[in-house]
Amino acid sequence: MEIRIDNLTKKFGDVVGVEDLTLHIDDGEFVAFLGPSGCGKTTTLLTLAGIYKPTEGFIRFGDRVINTVQPKDRNIGMVFQSYALYPHMTIFQNIAYPLKLKKVPKNAQNEQVRQVANVMGIGDLLDRRPGQLSGGQQQRVALGRALVKEPDVLLFDEPLSNLDARLRLTMRGEIKHLQKNLGITSIYVTHDQVEAMTMADRIAVMNRGHLQAFDAPDELYDRPKTRFVAGFVGNPPMNFVDVEVSRSNGRFIAETDSIRLALGAERGSAPAGHDGAVVMGIRPEDIQIDADGDVRGEIFVVEPLGREDLIDVRIGSHSFILLADTERQHQAGERVSLKFDMSQAQFFDPRTERSLLWKQ
Amino acid sequence: MSEPNSKAKSSAALVQSRRNALRSYLGAYGFMAPAGVLVIIFFLIPVAIVLYLSVTNLASSNFTSDLARMEFIGLKNYETLLNDQFARKIFFNTIFYVLVTLSIFNVSLALVVSLLTTHIDRSAGFVFRALWILPRITSPVVYILIWKRMMAEAPFGILNQFNELLGQPTYNYVSTNPWVFVVVVNGFIGVSFGMIIFTSAIESIPKDLLNASLVDGSSRMQRIRFVILPLIRWPLLFVVTYQTLSLLTSFEEILLLTDGGPGLYRTEVWSLTAFHRALSNYFGNAQWGYGSAFAVLLVLIGVVLAVIYMRVFRFDELIAEPRVEAL
Repeated sequence: MEIRIDNLTKKFGDVVGVEDLTLHIDDGEFVAFLGPSGCGKTTTLLTLAGIYKPTEGFIRFGDRVINTVQPKDRNIGMVFQSYALYPHMTIFQNIAYPLKLKKVPKNAQNEQVRQVANVMGIGDLLDRRPGQLSGGQQQRVALGRALVKEPDVLLFDEPLSNLDARLRLTMRGEIKHLQKNLGITSIYVTHDQVEAMTMADRIAVMNRGHLQAFDAPDELYDRPKTRFVAGFVGNPPMNFVDVEVSRSNGRFIAETDSIRLALGAERGSAPAGHDGAVVMGIRPEDIQIDADGDVRGEIFVVEPLGREDLIDVRIGSHSFILLADTERQHQAGERVSLKFDMSQAQFFDPRTERSLLWKQ
Repeated sequence: MSEPNSKAKSSAALVQSRRNALRSYLGAYGFMAPAGVLVIIFFLIPVAIVLYLSVTNLASSNFTSDLARMEFIGLKNYETLLNDQFARKIFFNTIFYVLVTLSIFNVSLALVVSLLTTHIDRSAGFVFRALWILPRITSPVVYILIWKRMMAEAPFGILNQFNELLGQPTYNYVSTNPWVFVVVVNGFIGVSFGMIIFTSAIESIPKDLLNASLVDGSSRMQRIRFVILPLIRWPLLFVVTYQTLSLLTSFEEILLLTDGGPGLYRTEVWSLTAFHRALSNYFGNAQWGYGSAFAVLLVLIGVVLAVIYMRVFRFDELIAEPRVEAL
């Protein structure tokens, strides 16, 4: 089912939940809504579900405008962060509930529930109550309940946030696998950029009720169109520093009081043409500790992550996060030289926070 | 080191710890004392007195300053009561009054009001419920006077004045349909209790659960039937229990509205009889002993009902673990 959201605005009194959102989702696509809490992603999801009515704009499922269609007539399945299983029903009754409301005959109900339960690996739990299940099992039941009525659209509202880290990893894979197999158009709300990056075909990054970007994960990572997207996508987050970019003798230089970095024309020409200071962004993996490096700094703190060390290096008044090999055994207080891969640097207008490199 | 010394020390410690224990006991009882004293003076002692009075013949007709002349007559009052030609009518009146008021108003209408006010705009629902509390917090005398004034015979009653304006015949509402008034007037007050309990129970159902049932395909009515009602089962049973007992003992509104009439015991209920017999009989002939027997029987009925409710509704489970898990 193709979903087209056009100029959607949802207000609660004077509070804006989401404003002027336009988003077209293809049939069978897996889209993540990513953003911090209060960014409007859940509001948008509940509007799609029909819990909220749009204040302005249109939502279409296929060619049908569904603005005022009741939730029950939208054929959607939804999975909630709190699982939202009915505590007074058994697992079987929970999964069968959508079928019962559709007046599916008892035999068919029984068959369909067992089939879905087996796919979800909860076939042996059907007689229990939600309170007797672990978080992971409950989430499988919730997923089963969403899938059993063969929905046109699947909505996920932070479904993995209440699970422990290990379980989250397995469920992430399972949901993605399931979605690709079934080909159901899916929208997945999360504040966890790793989840969004790993699962989604495209990510809609939102902030304060506005759409910041809507692109494939790689595109968001490599060509962020706003400073917010650059800072939100990627872990550990991108480093930002205010620099002046100038051109002298055909070469481009980005500099601050304590740093001076040369960069190529494809990254340097746009910020050099900008009047005044710009914000430079550089990802942790694009900074190396290297004896030949041209910037010198001091290690402020070392955080071992196991596979690598997360190191905070101070250069003058600036601070940079970078990743380093654990074998080097860096210590706090150590003086190091840094090499910046300026071919990966991003530049943003400090006022509008838009990228100077990639046009929207 | 000498042995007795340490013994003395340990016994001193023992005395000290006993003192501490005593002090903490005193603290606990001290805090409970005010409530305890109130319960004893205003509940236990009166119950004991009523129990005792019900086996005496104390009445205003044989009352003198010499209380020693009060006679112990055993279960004679109860015998009289069982043979009383009106006791049967009053008993069934009471059952009728409790059942009808409870089922129509205290439970059903309370449920309807809470479901309605939780499905409309939040502040509008709040205002509506606040208004419905008014009958409960108004003094019964004022409340009944308002009803009486509205329903009074022509030309005084407000409703009848409208009837006259519209050229309709006038009615003497209270005396033609006394039960309707007794039930409605009490029911109006009774609704607010269930309304408060049900509303808070409905509002404590997690939002996700309510949204999930809509997405799963239920209409709002189906959501009420399959999700909301099962989830507020315990509050529902609590209201049924509590309100049964409360209706059994309520009589002041009936006293003020019809005083058990019109005619002979038409709307008289058991607790009102106890009051009439003991304190407000004709020509000041107060039968304190006989009235007490009525009161004692009512207490017995209440206790039996309470025990049945507790068994049937499994109250021990109600007060055990919360039914809805946090996550």
